[in-house]
Amino acid sequence: MNVCRPDSMSLRKLWVKVTRMDWEPVIGLEIHVQLATRSKIFSGASTAYGAPPNTQACAVDLGLPGVLPVLNEAAVRMAVKFGLAVQARIAPRSVFARKNYFYPDLPKGYQISQYELPVVEGGRLEISLEEGGSKLIGITRAHLEEDAGKSLHEDFHGLSGIDLNRAGTPLLEVVSEPDLRSAREAVAYMKKLHTLVRYLEICDGNMQEGSFRCDANVSVRRRGQHELGTRTEIKNLNSFRFVERAINYEIERQIDILEGGGSVVQETRLYDAARDETRPMRSKEEALDYRYFPDPDLLPLVLEEDFIAAVRATLPELPDEKRERFIYEFGLSPYEAEVLTASRELADYFEAAERASDGETKLTAHWVMGDLLGALNKAGLEIADSPVTAEMLGGLIRRIGDNTISGKIAKQVFEAMWQGEGDADAIIERRGLKQVTDSAAIEKVIDEVLAAHPAQVEQYRAGKDKLFGFFVGQVMKATQGKANPAQVNALLKKKLT
Amino acid sequence: MTDLHRASLTQLSAALAAGECSSVELTRLFLGRIQRLDDRLNSFISVCAEQALDEAHAADRRRAAGEAGPLTGIPLAHKDIFCTDGVRTSCGSRMLDNFVAPYDATVVSRLKAAGAVMLGKTNMDEFAMGSSNETSYYGAVRNPWDPARVPGGSSGGSAAAVAARLVPAATGTDTGGSIRQPAALCGLTGLKPTYGRVSRYGMIAFASSLDQGGPLCQSAADAALLLQAMAGFDERDSTSIDHPVPDYSAMLDAPLSGLKIGLPREYFGAGLDPAVGERVDQAVRVYETLGARVREISLPNTTLAVPTYYVVAPAECSSNLSRYDGVRFGYRCEDPEDLMDLYKRSRGEGFGAEVKRRIMVGTYVLSAGYYDAYYLKAQKLRQLISDDFRRAFETVDLIAGPTSPSVAFPLGARLEDPIQMYLSDIYTIAANLAGLPALSLPCGFVDGLPVGLQLIGDYFTEDRLLNAAHRYQQETDWHERVPPGFDESSQAVGEGD
Repeated sequence: MNVCRPDSMSLRKLWVKVTRMDWEPVIGLEIHVQLATRSKIFSGASTAYGAPPNTQACAVDLGLPGVLPVLNEAAVRMAVKFGLAVQARIAPRSVFARKNYFYPDLPKGYQISQYELPVVEGGRLEISLEEGGSKLIGITRAHLEEDAGKSLHEDFHGLSGIDLNRAGTPLLEVVSEPDLRSAREAVAYMKKLHTLVRYLEICDGNMQEGSFRCDANVSVRRRGQHELGTRTEIKNLNSFRFVERAINYEIERQIDILEGGGSVVQETRLYDAARDETRPMRSKEEALDYRYFPDPDLLPLVLEEDFIAAVRATLPELPDEKRERFIYEFGLSPYEAEVLTASRELADYFEAAERASDGETKLTAHWVMGDLLGALNKAGLEIADSPVTAEMLGGLIRRIGDNTISGKIAKQVFEAMWQGEGDADAIIERRGLKQVTDSAAIEKVIDEVLAAHPAQVEQYRAGKDKLFGFFVGQVMKATQGKANPAQVNALLKKKLT
Repeated sequence: MTDLHRASLTQLSAALAAGECSSVELTRLFLGRIQRLDDRLNSFISVCAEQALDEAHAADRRRAAGEAGPLTGIPLAHKDIFCTDGVRTSCGSRMLDNFVAPYDATVVSRLKAAGAVMLGKTNMDEFAMGSSNETSYYGAVRNPWDPARVPGGSSGGSAAAVAARLVPAATGTDTGGSIRQPAALCGLTGLKPTYGRVSRYGMIAFASSLDQGGPLCQSAADAALLLQAMAGFDERDSTSIDHPVPDYSAMLDAPLSGLKIGLPREYFGAGLDPAVGERVDQAVRVYETLGARVREISLPNTTLAVPTYYVVAPAECSSNLSRYDGVRFGYRCEDPEDLMDLYKRSRGEGFGAEVKRRIMVGTYVLSAGYYDAYYLKAQKLRQLISDDFRRAFETVDLIAGPTSPSVAFPLGARLEDPIQMYLSDIYTIAANLAGLPALSLPCGFVDGLPVGLQLIGDYFTEDRLLNAAHRYQQETDWHERVPPGFDESSQAVGEGD
């Protein structure tokens, strides 16, 4: 009997795997994009992050008696910009509504948001799939709203502190259709959106500071089944990794429940990163009735065609367009184009380096994706902080292209540029790294090398071809790597035959 | 000038300009009257004697420097709903008994800039919710014409104080009749401007889509002077309207020949005290002698106004009053056990019965499942009521009728019967729902108690309303009557006490 055990175990595992495959996850994301306006959405107070508590909260943000909201036009422009970038409909008339609930960091006892009539409706975003190909993800809506403040539960000896600096910060809540079918797809969508909002310069994308955060709606259903399963909502996921892990945990949890004959409870859940699990926050029965109604302090937001056209004129080249252009204009591979357009700064860097490289497009792509990103990553720097500018890198690549230096020497030069020793030409000059292309000089070195190694010459001529590399190495060593490798090869061949 | 206390704002402005008196003298005179006489009325919540005298000195200096305007040095009082920098702004509630506003309402700062002197803050129904000034945390206000009767509400303190000549004029606010009904019950001229004419910034919100500030004065000419300073666009109030402010005083004497006045038959039916109706009829006859053409009209949806109002106003107030939670300012209960306890007891102890009733009604009508049946339905009815007026103004210039169905009623008479109390505003509420300007002026007495005539105009016809009221006041002297017991010269009263 014992002998059978391992077999039955693996059979069961297989069976579990098969039934898991029977379930299809259905995921929709609500992403809160903090808009990069200088002042708040309904007041003139600053939105800068990190000020001492409650120093950036004016009478309006504090919800003092008698104060009134006034809409920040810059926030509206950013919302419209986003809508145009995802090919959505910009509502000619949208309405701000009050979402009523009590919480100490919600000063007015209601949040001003948009409910029935949002400013952006019906857009889409294309994501690349890991298994190849791409998929369009629907964007149901995007609406403007104000952020709440923060409750601080530590350092107050059993009491809570409230910081209202964040209260009134403008948010664009982007709601996707339930078009995502795996945690990976959800992350791909979230990353794509993250790239887009930074391209549009409407959000700094800083996830640690909460400028870009996500709620995930997750359900599962039998494959082939049309109607959706009961969903849960996982709140406040502020990193790509947490989104993936929380969704995967939740999918497994729901399948376990359904496999066990139970049913999923519609509820809001919190993801605990330390334990890598989600746990209930409040159920549908406890769900708050927000008593939405149009905010009588704000008129409906009416957007004229002229306004929308003016915003359209400010749209930059979008990531997808840029990627396509990189493929046909520079002849890059889809993968290279994808990496190099991941951020607007990186794409701009590549284009500037390519210009300075004097047409060495492939080499530039190779250097940016390899040595540059590697060095930045190692140093924990953003592209904007790179000690090697695009012009400097392009200048270096130009010198590889015109045979002034070899690719190997170039790595030395790059290192020196990184250390702040100046541009490539200066370093090449100062260190005497210029490649030797004088045939007579190379020949002279070859003669010396061959003379110093008569035994190896003998062996080579006797048919030991592998020794050719040895001679190249000796010549390069003798020239400190400066000899033109192609010339060395050709001349050696001639001398050894 | 021994009778300065009886003088109108217009007369005082002239006396100051002619150097017949100083602002300091006037300020002392009225502060003295408040001190001696207000025990009988309870019309002030706060008196700012020291600050007022400082302002009066400043006004006199300004006049000496040749920089005085028509209101420079004129003593005024503000309803305690307007935020005043450094002075308690209670809104008639225990909730804000300890609240000292850190800023001035726009109305306050405009009148301050015009050089007016603020004597103090007047009593009012709690959060402006009431028609008798009996819901104030600071106690009921008495009607100077009969101290056993109510002055009307919610601007009852302002009305009683002006009627008793404790102050030449005062500000008020009108959500469903809160300027006009107390004006009628106290024998004053009170104007509710077009919604959006006067900034609501710093005016503590009751029902945001209905609230409007305006003057409570002895005459239309005084109201014109005061409104001139109060009206105008304010970028801090998104619902204020950028519409030119005409010279209201310049329009006062325009002839009324050919003026078309409509009498809505629905305003003269059951529920109207016949004696009140008779005074109104007499006033209409005066207009006929002035050349106006009078005809009967119909406002068929009149009966819907009160029920519509008691859905819309509570809905908005339930949300507007959420900010009074004991967290940041205002009343906080002793030793809260936890957050829920803090909320429940702070609000339970801080608000009075009428406010709580309206918060509960408002919360109910906005709740999931009831929103369509109540709130949405009420919005539709509101449109029908506005349409009634739009049609009426196609054929008439002004609408005339009673302001209130009865004269001032005894204190306590309607306290236990909210419906009866709400019906006090049956003729005034429709103008708020439609956003139209409306004015009440005294048109006689019944049993020694004043009767008010209401004039309703089309949008932004405050000039026309004031003109019509002024011409009537040139033919009559109801507005010059002073309640017995408050009519003696200040010296005689002083000796009598």
